[in-house]
Amino acid sequence: MPESPRPATTHTRRTVLKSTAVAAAGATPAPAPAPAVAAAAAPTTAGDVAEVMEITLSVNGRKHAVTVEPRVTLLDALRERLALTGTKKGCDRGECGACTVLVDGERIKSCLTLAVMRQGSAITTVEGLADGDRLHPVQEAFIRRDAFQCGGCTSGQIMSAVACIREGHTGSDEEIRQWMSGNICRCACYQNIVAAVADAAREVRR
Amino acid sequence: MRSFGYASARDSADAVRLADRTPGAAFIAGGTDLLNLMKDGVQHHRHLVDVNKLDLARVTESASGLRIGGLARMRQVAEHHAVRARFPVLAEALLASASPQVRNMATIGGNLLQRTRCGYFRDIGSACNKRVPGSGCSALQGWNRGHAVLGGSESCIATHPSDLAVALTALDASVHVLGPGGTRRIPVGEFYRLPGDTPQIETSLRPAELITAVEVPRHPTATRSRYLKLRDRATFEFAVVSVAAALDLRGHFVRDIRLAFGGIGTKPWRSAEAEAELRGKNLTVERVEQAGRVLVRGAVPRQDNEFKVELVQRALAELVLGLGGLR
Repeated sequence: MPESPRPATTHTRRTVLKSTAVAAAGATPAPAPAPAVAAAAAPTTAGDVAEVMEITLSVNGRKHAVTVEPRVTLLDALRERLALTGTKKGCDRGECGACTVLVDGERIKSCLTLAVMRQGSAITTVEGLADGDRLHPVQEAFIRRDAFQCGGCTSGQIMSAVACIREGHTGSDEEIRQWMSGNICRCACYQNIVAAVADAAREVRR
Repeated sequence: MRSFGYASARDSADAVRLADRTPGAAFIAGGTDLLNLMKDGVQHHRHLVDVNKLDLARVTESASGLRIGGLARMRQVAEHHAVRARFPVLAEALLASASPQVRNMATIGGNLLQRTRCGYFRDIGSACNKRVPGSGCSALQGWNRGHAVLGGSESCIATHPSDLAVALTALDASVHVLGPGGTRRIPVGEFYRLPGDTPQIETSLRPAELITAVEVPRHPTATRSRYLKLRDRATFEFAVVSVAAALDLRGHFVRDIRLAFGGIGTKPWRSAEAEAELRGKNLTVERVEQAGRVLVRGAVPRQDNEFKVELVQRALAELVLGLGGLR
């Protein structure tokens, strides 16, 4: 399409598969080692030519050029292409919140959006919160309040909490629970998560 | 997900042109429902037309009412001062929907077009006439606790999941669309279709038509309007039963009333009959109970959802009596 950035160099499906190590079912054996992303990519139908796009993602203040098929979610682009694995893949269906990132300051679920839809946006992941060695107040509060066990949901909880505080939805424990409900904790650390968010909200406002 | 092509549309006309010209194309806005359906193999599209750059995200208020751009985000509308002050049922329905993250992403147009949460529709291993016409309906004899008691057919008893659509149905909103044939305005009551024997056709939208705006007329009932949603969890869950009510009261006298229901019908359910029991009379507990009985008169409960028949009457009484100061 004319308004979409086109790759500067010509890619065939095969070169892209090699360069990105996405396994295709059928014809070509998957390159070894089999990458984690392979499981997420459904087999393509025969003769289905994947359109490939070169895009720029702005993540944590740095611009990254990546080559992606349109079907790559922002979550997969962050984890598999930019190696920013702080953002977690839980359900991959927008239900658990582990993949929460900020886009232009607003929290979203990165599994429910395509990387190609986020060109020109400022993306913040959990890797971008700390100021050098100084952790963000929300990160500090999660440690102090022991607001996690396995840690699988934690980066999503923290990103959601940063936005929740900015949105002003931390007036009471009940309000925090309501506005943090897009993030599920399998270990059920909710009590400590709520305490951490309340703590951090007080510090951020101070 | 299977591969697909992608194009970002410059403006509405460009979006419609791209969708019209490209076989198997679909629009993508927030993507919060579409991408899940594509990941699960419930829907396949050979091409997605991204409409996020279109200038359709504004919410404006005029003498005639509210105009909500099709690309306005759920959160943006829920927080809008005019919505909160003069159309509170809309704000309440939006805030009772999804999660904060999804409300930042999902658009008003997309919300109206989200697909049913029927588990059999979303499971490609099950028979579903909505997903594969003619394959049968697994819900009729299956686990149908969440399904409709009104408006169903032997082909489909899935409910429409949108809370917003219920609120818009109560407010007599209309949907503005742009398509290859030009613009159209569709009253929300005619936007959704009953399943009949074609449950795969859910709306009166034609191919390549794009929702550009939703218009909500100013009306004396709109300012005293509320949304009650009953669900299995306190938050981040679809409705088991919901009620949108808008009421124009003088003392206890009901000058006008609009009632719409979610979770019980195969489309957002307006009940003119229930409204007629209450309009032009003094509001009393007995009349509200009678309106509830009239509402469910044609109900066809299935094995697991019979409780909805009683529950929706109680929800109606709770909401309307509360609005009328009787509870």
